[in-house]
Amino acid sequence: MSVTPSSPAQQAPAATLGLMTLFAAVLKRDLHVGMRRWTDASNSALFFILVLALFPLALSPKAEVLRMIAPGVIWIAALLATLLSLHLLFRADLEDGTLEQLLMLPYPLGWILLAKTLAHWIITGIPVVVMAPILAVTYHLPASALTVLTFSLLLGTPTLSLLGSIGAALTAGLRSASVLLAFIVGPLMLPVLMLGARATDLALAGEDPTGPLYLLGALLMLAVSVVPFMAAAAIRVSAD
Amino acid sequence: MWTWFFRLASPPHFYALAGTLSNWLLVPALILVGVGVWGGLVLAPPDYQQGDAFRIIYVHVPSAYLSMMIYVTMALAGAIGLIWRIKLAHAVAASCAPIGASFTFAALVTGAVWGKPMWGTYWEWDPRLTSELILLFLYFGYMGLRGAFENLNQADRASAILAIAGVVNVPIIHFSVIWWASLHQGPTLSKLEAPSISWDMLWPLLTMILAFTLFFLGVLAMRVRGEVLEREVQSRWAQDVLRGATAASIR
Amino acid sequence: MLAGTNLTLWRETTRLFEGLSFILPPGSALLIEGPNGAGKTTLLRVIAGLTMPESGSVTWNGTDLRSQLQSGVLQLAFFGHATALKPEISARANLQFFAQLAGQPARVDELLQVTGLAACADLDVRLLSAGQKRRAALARVLLSGAGLWLLDEPQTNLDKAGRQLLQRAVQTHLGGGGTVVVAAHQALDLGSAPVCRLMLGMD
Repeated sequence: MSVTPSSPAQQAPAATLGLMTLFAAVLKRDLHVGMRRWTDASNSALFFILVLALFPLALSPKAEVLRMIAPGVIWIAALLATLLSLHLLFRADLEDGTLEQLLMLPYPLGWILLAKTLAHWIITGIPVVVMAPILAVTYHLPASALTVLTFSLLLGTPTLSLLGSIGAALTAGLRSASVLLAFIVGPLMLPVLMLGARATDLALAGEDPTGPLYLLGALLMLAVSVVPFMAAAAIRVSAD
Repeated sequence: MWTWFFRLASPPHFYALAGTLSNWLLVPALILVGVGVWGGLVLAPPDYQQGDAFRIIYVHVPSAYLSMMIYVTMALAGAIGLIWRIKLAHAVAASCAPIGASFTFAALVTGAVWGKPMWGTYWEWDPRLTSELILLFLYFGYMGLRGAFENLNQADRASAILAIAGVVNVPIIHFSVIWWASLHQGPTLSKLEAPSISWDMLWPLLTMILAFTLFFLGVLAMRVRGEVLEREVQSRWAQDVLRGATAASIR
Repeated sequence: MLAGTNLTLWRETTRLFEGLSFILPPGSALLIEGPNGAGKTTLLRVIAGLTMPESGSVTWNGTDLRSQLQSGVLQLAFFGHATALKPEISARANLQFFAQLAGQPARVDELLQVTGLAACADLDVRLLSAGQKRRAALARVLLSGAGLWLLDEPQTNLDKAGRQLLQRAVQTHLGGGGTVVVAAHQALDLGSAPVCRLMLGMD
């Protein structure tokens, strides 16, 4: 077997990928790996269903009661499901050394982490967004409120994943970090929770929900622009 | 001029300086507390709506103000430590956390005590108290994260990042909570909005705020001394200090 | 040219190294030796820019190594204890990802041949033996086209043929003007390249 060097070892800069291609490559791989670990992904979806089953059992199955609590309860269930799935986001990559390899590449780390977080949201967040309206029917939410609920979750759950990624990055190297993660990241997620629940409440009452929905969109934009830098700094600390 | 700044950042110099500083801060703090308490409890007239119950603001408002100011200080110190890699800044941030959490707790308790005569219960989800509760969680998250790292350097940097994320969020959370409370037309704890607070009531409040701030700085100086000593325990200057202290206590 | 200047690192209360300096011209190797826990891996990580030293700096051609990495002027290959292979996907898929990031997507098949993994390339990595995983990680190093190789106990889990492969790869890399830093227990035949030896953990 002979070994040929790929380029003069005293090297010239190799061709580096454009940002979009990099994003797509990381996204594709994380989706590929994530699909294989589907038991992890389904955990958060199952938890979402479980929480929503608990409230009627513990409170009351009456339609008026359920309809009234539905916006808040469904949003809480979505938030808890996100918190549950977050610790997986960077842990495996840190443990098997992938993260270190990515750190040593000439690519912006924040961009790579954004692709990873998107992959994570696609696997754990989209099932929640899809199931929410179905389960909301069991809470007797009318159709008008269902659309707003789904749309608010669509805007809000990516923000939750992004905010959570900071906590996941900070705790990636720690043992038994789940509760700590929830504590760190929980307060940051509160505005999203309040806006999402409020938007649905307004729709339920027949009023205009666009105010909170716009704010949710604004928070998402803010998160996408700011979080990658913080998560990148946090990952460098965890990989130390 | 910058040599002064970097000299300050050197642990043994800071240790010595903070020692004198804390005395100079705590004594005036105690005096001002006395003055403020006298002004607030004795001199200020009872409120036309709340009677004497409003007087709790002389402890509640300074505590709440400090709980937020300390969080910002903690985040700022962490940022300085992170960007310029000054170890002392991290020691300051670490020392701030328990003090800030205590003030937050004090604000919550005094808020509940104030609530009883006003609302009849110890807790209503008033926007100020709810914000304070969330701030308490932020402090606990910070301290929890710190404690979870074995490596001190990692703990310093990770908690600095968390504090910065928190500081960016605190205004967002604060306004969200106010907006949420306004929707539900709940009761609010306030003497200060209105109509307008009279000077008789105001000056003791400002005195107490100043007193609490000096107290915080004095206690912070003491804590940072201890923190710095612990971090540098292996170094010569720290060994000298400890040996000196032991010798003094034996005498 | 790799240079470390005045590097100091403490771990908790142990001083791992202090005031450490070295210069490594192209085509030469730095061999880091020492007992377990002496800080060999940590020094490698400091050079790689993963761990920050208390003081001192690591430079490549005179400029800070980390910034050279980030601007793409220098590429680094780190062959450490962790293989950086995702167990749930195949060796081929793993290598294709890294090949794409290194701008060398076409070389995956060739390297699978060279490292003797052509037969098991499409099996999920979790089904491979430890030796095969190490070869796949080695393939990743070869793919990277990096000028600087950092190897941490590279011979672990490699059988005789694997070790020969490793030695040939390292010698070819050095012969082509590349730089290698190795932390090792066992002797690694570095051929005729100039070797600088560094002993850690002796006080």
